[in-house]
Amino acid sequence: MKEKPDVLQGTLALMVLKTLDVLGQQHGYGIARRIEQISGDILALNQGTLYPLLLKLEHEGSIVSEWGASENNRRARFYRLTATGRKQLQTETRDWNQTAAIIARFFEVKAEDLP
Amino acid sequence: MRFLRRFFIRLSNFTARRRADQRLQEEMAEHLALQTEENLRASMSPAEARRQAALKLGAAAAIRENYHAEQSLPFFENLSQDLRYAARMLLRSPGFSLIAVATIALGVGATTAIYSVIDATLLHPLPYPRPSELVRIEANLPGVGAHDVGFSIPELRDLQNAGIFQYVSFCFFGSENVTGSAQPTHIAGATVSPSYFAVLGVDAALGRTFNPYDASPGSNGEVIISDGLWKRAFGADPHIVEKSLRLDNDLFQIVGVMPASFRDQGQTREQVGTELWAADGFSDRTPPMRGTRLVYETIARLQPGLSPEAAQGRLDALVASLKKQYPADYPPQAEWTFHLTPLAESLVGNVRQSLILLFGAVGLVLLISCVNVANLLLARASARGREMAVRQALGAARMRLIRQLLTESLLLFVLGGTTGFAVLFCARKFLLQFIPESLPRLNDISISWGVLAFAIVVSVAAGTIFGLAPAWLTSRLDLTTTLRQEGRGSNGSRKRSRLRHVLVIGELALSLVLMVAAGLLLRSFWDLFKVQLGFNPTRVMAIETTLPNPNDPKTDIYRTATQESVFLREALRRIRTLPGVEETAVSDRAALPLGHGQIDLRQRPLIREGQDVQSSQPPLIDTSIVSPEYFHLLGMTLLRGRLFADQDLEDTPSIAVINQAAARTYWPGKDGKGEDPVGKRVIVRSRVAKPGWTTIVGVIADARTESLADAGIPQMYFDIYQRPAKFLALYLRGQVDPATIAAQVRTQVQAVDPEIPVFHAETLGDVLSSSLSVRRFSMEMVALFAATALLLAALGIYGTISFLVNEQSREIAIRLALGAQRRDILKMVLRQGLTLAGVGAGVGLVGAIIVSHLMAGLLYGVSPYDLSTFAGVTAVLTAVAIASSYVPALRAMRLDPITTLHSE
Repeated sequence: MKEKPDVLQGTLALMVLKTLDVLGQQHGYGIARRIEQISGDILALNQGTLYPLLLKLEHEGSIVSEWGASENNRRARFYRLTATGRKQLQTETRDWNQTAAIIARFFEVKAEDLP
Repeated sequence: MRFLRRFFIRLSNFTARRRADQRLQEEMAEHLALQTEENLRASMSPAEARRQAALKLGAAAAIRENYHAEQSLPFFENLSQDLRYAARMLLRSPGFSLIAVATIALGVGATTAIYSVIDATLLHPLPYPRPSELVRIEANLPGVGAHDVGFSIPELRDLQNAGIFQYVSFCFFGSENVTGSAQPTHIAGATVSPSYFAVLGVDAALGRTFNPYDASPGSNGEVIISDGLWKRAFGADPHIVEKSLRLDNDLFQIVGVMPASFRDQGQTREQVGTELWAADGFSDRTPPMRGTRLVYETIARLQPGLSPEAAQGRLDALVASLKKQYPADYPPQAEWTFHLTPLAESLVGNVRQSLILLFGAVGLVLLISCVNVANLLLARASARGREMAVRQALGAARMRLIRQLLTESLLLFVLGGTTGFAVLFCARKFLLQFIPESLPRLNDISISWGVLAFAIVVSVAAGTIFGLAPAWLTSRLDLTTTLRQEGRGSNGSRKRSRLRHVLVIGELALSLVLMVAAGLLLRSFWDLFKVQLGFNPTRVMAIETTLPNPNDPKTDIYRTATQESVFLREALRRIRTLPGVEETAVSDRAALPLGHGQIDLRQRPLIREGQDVQSSQPPLIDTSIVSPEYFHLLGMTLLRGRLFADQDLEDTPSIAVINQAAARTYWPGKDGKGEDPVGKRVIVRSRVAKPGWTTIVGVIADARTESLADAGIPQMYFDIYQRPAKFLALYLRGQVDPATIAAQVRTQVQAVDPEIPVFHAETLGDVLSSSLSVRRFSMEMVALFAATALLLAALGIYGTISFLVNEQSREIAIRLALGAQRRDILKMVLRQGLTLAGVGAGVGLVGAIIVSHLMAGLLYGVSPYDLSTFAGVTAVLTAVAIASSYVPALRAMRLDPITTLHSE
């Protein structure tokens, strides 16, 4: 049942985890809003795609959800990071930083640097 | 871990049909509400705010689909949908489903049945630890055309010490008289070397097996008994070990009882069911000479990790060095060699070929039944063209359609396969009766899990292969034409009907191959059945008996021919007085026509006066020992000289009778015209023979007493009143009741000597038919398969021609309306059937030539390219093809043009 790590989906999952890490408990709209705010207009995201992803993360045990009351006092589903999710976030952050650092170093290298 | 957790949650959602649609709807509604509020705050009009929110969220239907796919397992969901739909489709056309399922059940069931036999005989390893290490060793003298000549004691020691084998052992299968009890019983027993059980690697359940390093010559007085004998004769006595029993008046000590599951190695049912093993080192009576070969059945366990090929190589090296060391014993022209065969292979022997033939035949039946079902599926495809077109028009992907159709055909095949297996399972007892008793490892045949797995794998594979092509062609259609033509689909079906033709041609070709094989086997069987026997088996009954054979010759009361003749003459006289008995005779068991020979059925070296005296490798000849009445009772004709007479006794000169084949082979004369062997002198040594010359006094006509297939096996007969024999067969000719005769004869024999067992009464007619049993079995099976194949092919051609007539009904109607003769229409349709049959027969003949070439070894008296068989079978096939296209042709001929054209 392993799926190919789609770049966008993989990144989106990381963004969701990080958002929940920063904001604590949050509902779907809040997560979408936050991602939008931080990425600016660069990331054109169909907000709806968030929900299947949230369900997947829940199935994997990274987050849990429960019903609660939203700002305008309506029923909303709130998502929260679990211990597993936090650990996953840590490893994925480290991996991401590592990859980014390696790629960055490749970009920095100029022809004259080579021996 | 995460993937696994996710998978199990989805699986549980799928099985519980849990849906989270409600939750998503609520979340999305909330999402939209929040976004709309946000948009309103950004001073949009309410309508615009809602519109923008919805746009930002994306396509709701797609999200729900994705969400649902994440919630559950889409693959299994589709599968269960397809399965439900397929089941509904099958139920909707019960006639089609029934025929298809029955056809597949027939094919898979028959294939599985034959597979279960093959599984037990060819594939199942022998029931001993590390069975691949077990081998049989044979010594051959190809230079003088002698096979399995046996081993001498020094040769066996060389084998044991060569470092190639862990243990080497020999065994003599035979029978033992257990005496000393109320009724002397006769059991299948074997005399084995002490290393026998070490070779097989099986330990005793109670007590111990023999010490494999025991080198004491002769019997060491120890026996091991089977679990069955222990329970039957000793009441499962737990203290049986160290007790003794009497075999032919010799006292033996029981040292062990084998486990209940233990079966001896051997080719016949009798050998496998051996119940007593006596340990025997090499007799001290015979000096260990290299040329004195005493031991035949030799089995061994290879050193671990040594392959039979590598072992054969080392064995060849051993032979070469022995030849160099003992040039006098191994003259180069005899080309003495050792040959290794894996034990499993040597036990199955010549049955392998018959079984492979049967498996091939049943495989063809399976193929034909699959082709038939594929044909049915294609026929249905044209009926479902519209359904497929509508589905495609509504956006179903082609792969999705193929998947659905494939699910349908797989369901059909698996249903058929399980039906076939279920029928086989229920009928297994009934079917086992038809398997000849002489089939090796008959007891191991079972309908096991492995056989079930085979049935399922075959059904699934067949369903995939034969479902894929129809599914491919069904799903491939031209939407507009199909929909416009209201599913008549005559344009889109051109590919399909071409495939149908190919399938029918294939069916016809395959059934022709099967029929040729069956025809050739039938001809061989018939020829063997009708063969001139050279002896007359009618109304002859053979009953076996064994005289005691004690280890100490001094205690043997039947040691000399004179001693034995007193008993034999009295026993025969008494049997002759039984009601209905006209004639009696006695011989050793080697002379039992078509009986399986035992220890004494062995070729012996023939030393001819003036020819072979100096040679240490004389030719070998089959010998048997008979009473003077034997030839007359069996109706064997004397050609020259005389037969045995009453005045030939132990103290008169030793005489022998030979058959024509022996005369031809050993006394060819200088010019090849043959010289008269009568009066020639020979020496044929045996344990019981007096030293000195034996004179040949008569020549009888060849008879097929050794093998039905071969009349020309040289035979030499000795007089039982000159050479005593222990393993005897009593013959009586007359009108006797086979059910009670054994008891009557036993009473008479035991009136002479109460210690002598009498057993195994059989008419020679039964012996004859059981010697043909494996041949008869494979012939009958292949004939049955061929008949099935022909029936299926007839159905196939009938279906295809009917379908063609249906498709061309418009064309036919127009032709009729334009004034075509009805006779021409009939001819036109029949011609189509004949074309199919012709092409099918052509392809089939090529296949049949290949197959009959491969099975040449199974044929007797008929050439693999027998013209009359080939022609006859082709004629039958053509006739069947015409007959099965005749019905649809008649329908086409009687077509009413007006109604047909109106209905279109």
